[in-house]
Amino acid sequence: MNLRKENKALKYFLIIISFIFLGVFLILPLIYIIITALKNGVAAYVNAISDEYAIKAALLTLEATLIAVVVNTIFGVFAAWLITKYTFRGKKILSTFIDLPVTVSPIIAGLIYVLTFGRQSSLFPILDSYGIQIIFAVPGIVLATIFVTFPFISRELIPVLTSQGTDEEEAAALMGAGLFKIFKKVTFPNVKWALLYGIVLCTARSIGEFGAVSVLSGHLRGKTNTLPLYIELLYQGYDFTGAFAASSILVIFAVVVLVLRLVIEKRGEKNLDIKK
Amino acid sequence: MNKKKRIIPGFGISMGITISILSIVVLIPLSSLVIFSAKLSFSEFIYTVTRPRVLSGYFVSISTSFIASLINVFMGLALAWVLVRYDFKGKRFIDGIIELPFALPTAVAGISLTHLTTTNGWVGQIFYKLFGIKIAYTRIGITIALIFIGIPFVVRSVQPVLEKIDIKYEEAAFILGADSKTTFLKVIFPEILPAIISGFTLAFARSIGEYGSVVFIAGNTPYETEIAPLLIMSELQEFDYSAATSIALVMLAISVVILSVNALAQGIVSKRVNGKI
Repeated sequence: MNLRKENKALKYFLIIISFIFLGVFLILPLIYIIITALKNGVAAYVNAISDEYAIKAALLTLEATLIAVVVNTIFGVFAAWLITKYTFRGKKILSTFIDLPVTVSPIIAGLIYVLTFGRQSSLFPILDSYGIQIIFAVPGIVLATIFVTFPFISRELIPVLTSQGTDEEEAAALMGAGLFKIFKKVTFPNVKWALLYGIVLCTARSIGEFGAVSVLSGHLRGKTNTLPLYIELLYQGYDFTGAFAASSILVIFAVVVLVLRLVIEKRGEKNLDIKK
Repeated sequence: MNKKKRIIPGFGISMGITISILSIVVLIPLSSLVIFSAKLSFSEFIYTVTRPRVLSGYFVSISTSFIASLINVFMGLALAWVLVRYDFKGKRFIDGIIELPFALPTAVAGISLTHLTTTNGWVGQIFYKLFGIKIAYTRIGITIALIFIGIPFVVRSVQPVLEKIDIKYEEAAFILGADSKTTFLKVIFPEILPAIISGFTLAFARSIGEYGSVVFIAGNTPYETEIAPLLIMSELQEFDYSAATSIALVMLAISVVILSVNALAQGIVSKRVNGKI
């Protein structure tokens, strides 16, 4: 009995510490952004977020995010399928290369694209003759966004596919179903929540990417500035209301992502329970 | 020989699409880094990476990342413990908010943390007036930003392992006369240690490369608060690709070491989570 009392004190101590820590480190910055954004009144806030360059930056961010999510979803589904449904040589090396982008500093990610497509690269004259500019232009921003979120979808799918094994797919194949049919009828229903979660994570990171995009952007207002870069520009110009107003949009988005995550997780659990 | 194993159709197309996209996004850019590095002269490389300003950049990055990740080990352990072992109001909220650093753009976190911790910010003025400590534009500020981005790594590494620990062992230890401190140190801690190391190394690797949340709060004073990724950035802005690549190669080597430790720890963790101790 004595032990229990001791644990209770520890319990409340740890819970209070947890709340304080998360309150100061995570909640306070969020609240601060919203308050600072609204400090000069709602009119100034609306003005700041409806600025021509803010909207252009948001549209470019959306464009890069959309392309990154589509490319990474196609890649992630095929890569996860390849890794979990077949046996072949070099699987480990393949997985290592797929996971590599998230372990590299975003600045280094930007650097390797500069080295690949920049003026000193042997690819540059070829691309230039076709009038294609990659770095300091939109394609560079898109590539950087794809790179930093590269394994996000496959990483969510692989554990689920591994735990399910290949029996069902093999049975379907033996009964004569094609690849597309097997995926649609057998595999997809099992992985849809993991896939959705991967897409949510990929979207969140794509919208927020800063370092890699910063290296590859020409920092041209209205042309190659994404929303996070636009926020940096406003902040460095001491336009704090503008910077925090633009940030508040991303805060709202982040909260939506967190809520979606909880909902998807709950759905996913339910799905598993039914299967069991 | 493999024909027999591959009953499921579509191996060719899956391999084709995977390798094509992987080549464009990862393999070709990576090989251009290798090719460019091979062209660097060794003496120039050594000269670049041993410049006092570069050495100080490595030191600032490694030391602040190490301290931040260490603090995250303790806080992450406490949070994981609270989430697994206790029931209380707001538990689901805590579980959800922990992922915030993954969802919030790093630049947004950076400017907010900076404003909060300047000498007249909400938090900064308390520390400045009471203790004379400046947070923003010092190494403490960098550490704060790195704690922010690193916290989910430790929690999410330790949580699943803690969930798998059978309460029977603790009961046995208690019956055998161990107090709760001994039980934790001798029964629980060895079990979660690999997960702690895995979380620490992930947070550490991420912190060393972190840029967005740190540049605003760091102040970027040479020799004081200039981090290694920022040095690469400045070299790139001056179009000195050789210097940028040299600094980056050392950072990549450091990451490889950290991630190898992580791979070892993760191997043990996955064995424990899957029940093969």
